[in-house]
Amino acid sequence: MAVAIGLAFVPLVFDPDVVQKLTNLLILVLLAAMWNALAGYGGLLSVGQQAFIGVGAYATVFFASLGITPYLAMVLAMVLAGAVSIPISLFALRLRAAQFAIGMWVIAEVISILVRLDQNLGAGTGISLIEMNQFDPNYRQAYTFWLALAFTALFLSALFFLLRSPMGASLQAIRDDEDAARSLGVRVASRKRLLFVLAGFGCGAAGVLIVANTLFIEPGSVFSVQWTAYMIFMVLVGGLGTFEGPILGAILLFAIQTTFTQGGPWYLVGLGATATLFALALPRGLWGTIEKRVGLRLLPVGYRVESRQLETPAQS
Amino acid sequence: MILVNAVVQGIFLGAFYAVLACGLSIMFGVMRIINLAHGDIAVLGAYIAFVIVERTGVSAFVAFAAALPIMLVLGYVLQLTVLERSLKAGILTPLLATFGLSIVIQNLLLLTFSPDVRSLGGAAGGFTTASWRVTSQLSVSALGVLVLAVAVVVFGLMQLFLSRTRAGWAMRATAEDADAAELVGIDSRSVYARATAIAVAIASLGGLFLAIRSVFDPASGPTQLIFAFEAVVIGGMGSLWGTLVGGIALGLAQTLGAQVNPEFSVLAGHLLFLAVLVVRFGRGRITLRTLRLAR
Repeated sequence: MAVAIGLAFVPLVFDPDVVQKLTNLLILVLLAAMWNALAGYGGLLSVGQQAFIGVGAYATVFFASLGITPYLAMVLAMVLAGAVSIPISLFALRLRAAQFAIGMWVIAEVISILVRLDQNLGAGTGISLIEMNQFDPNYRQAYTFWLALAFTALFLSALFFLLRSPMGASLQAIRDDEDAARSLGVRVASRKRLLFVLAGFGCGAAGVLIVANTLFIEPGSVFSVQWTAYMIFMVLVGGLGTFEGPILGAILLFAIQTTFTQGGPWYLVGLGATATLFALALPRGLWGTIEKRVGLRLLPVGYRVESRQLETPAQS
Repeated sequence: MILVNAVVQGIFLGAFYAVLACGLSIMFGVMRIINLAHGDIAVLGAYIAFVIVERTGVSAFVAFAAALPIMLVLGYVLQLTVLERSLKAGILTPLLATFGLSIVIQNLLLLTFSPDVRSLGGAAGGFTTASWRVTSQLSVSALGVLVLAVAVVVFGLMQLFLSRTRAGWAMRATAEDADAAELVGIDSRSVYARATAIAVAIASLGGLFLAIRSVFDPASGPTQLIFAFEAVVIGGMGSLWGTLVGGIALGLAQTLGAQVNPEFSVLAGHLLFLAVLVVRFGRGRITLRTLRLAR
């Protein structure tokens, strides 16, 4: 909470350029948290979350073009992305690991093609969020940053409270061993649906922020599987199944991106290689490994099993 | 007649997809791994052939023959280094590791070769453009017939390998139950490595055909992966001949979809894939194979 309030002062202190970059950081944090919710807590490896990113982005443009004030359009777009995830979940969640992963990718491709075929949405060449011109650039950057902060705080707290609730215990049980959880009566299917829809809203929110930040989108970039690559990197390196891990991973990716923008494809090679290495050697990610070794946990989610001595009557 | 033409083109396209998918199907059938880098490996094979053609000027087919041993070794190494470890680590790990690998391959190719599209159409002799005019609206391309013939031969050879040779039996035994196979003395490590080598080699054959029939660039991999995966799923995961049928079904869906509207062709394939998923997995039917996948 304190961090969020502190961050709220950022646009007042920094240049719009810096604010835009930090908005990107928040987008990455949001994406990482959502992908971790799916894969880390639900065991759902989706290679197609870019579907919701794209829906969020294009819905924003669509609603704004209808004359709705831009920032309200953004909230509506996020809601639409989440709403779209519900019918998709009915179908997608029946699929097993690899079919689910690539099935989601195909769904993203289908949506991408449908958007590409629509002339009103700019077809293959893309479209701008021109309605944002009504705002002065400095204020616009600040508003976008605050919206990003609001969305990120919203979804992180939603996830946090979810994990602390009784439902959260069942989520972590699913993360640890799905079959064991099911045998204990945890309603695995409905929990997964919850995570899926949450991630739908969250990735939609990210898509909204992307178009708000860059003002121009095209199907090739916003529906690109590159987003999934980033999410996988952030979560794998940060720590799959931990709360703080994705945030760490997002900060890392952001740092790498800002340092290596000149590097071109080399840094992507590095990302891919690092993700593979972590998948094979350090599956718990950086935070997961630290957490295990040191027992450090910044935020109180999760459970700890302690052993206790049983008091026998003779000892009392 | 236009419809017949679309069907014929669909079968030829489908045979191409089947070749692409064959390797994916083998790896899934034997190791239960979906190699997300499969498309990129096919493209890598195409680039190796391309380099050989550029340096020496031989025909694309000769270049492929030279590239084949390289790809076989690559597959072997891939299994022993990356896939071996991910096999033991659970269901998510192979997907994550091969996804990372896919990104590495794509970007290394991008760095080595630039984003320009390439093609091996010029190096395939008369095959690229030759065709037979059957009627005024139907022409059968020589390349299409070649790909179809090769597809049938490749699948046939794989089937023979699996049913008549010791190595093939070992592979089937390991696919059924790796531990039991170890009990009778079959080294699962070398079986897996052999399977990956074969899969990678056939994938690069798919890459060759991609290069001849159209263009390719470093980013072509994921598209080929999606088509290959769709072919495998439509035909039935774990069934070798099913992959051939699935590939042809996908090709037909795409060409028939193109009859409706040229922009619909890929979409039609996707929709067929999704429809098959719904029908086959929609009611949560658990078969022996999916149970094993869930291990």
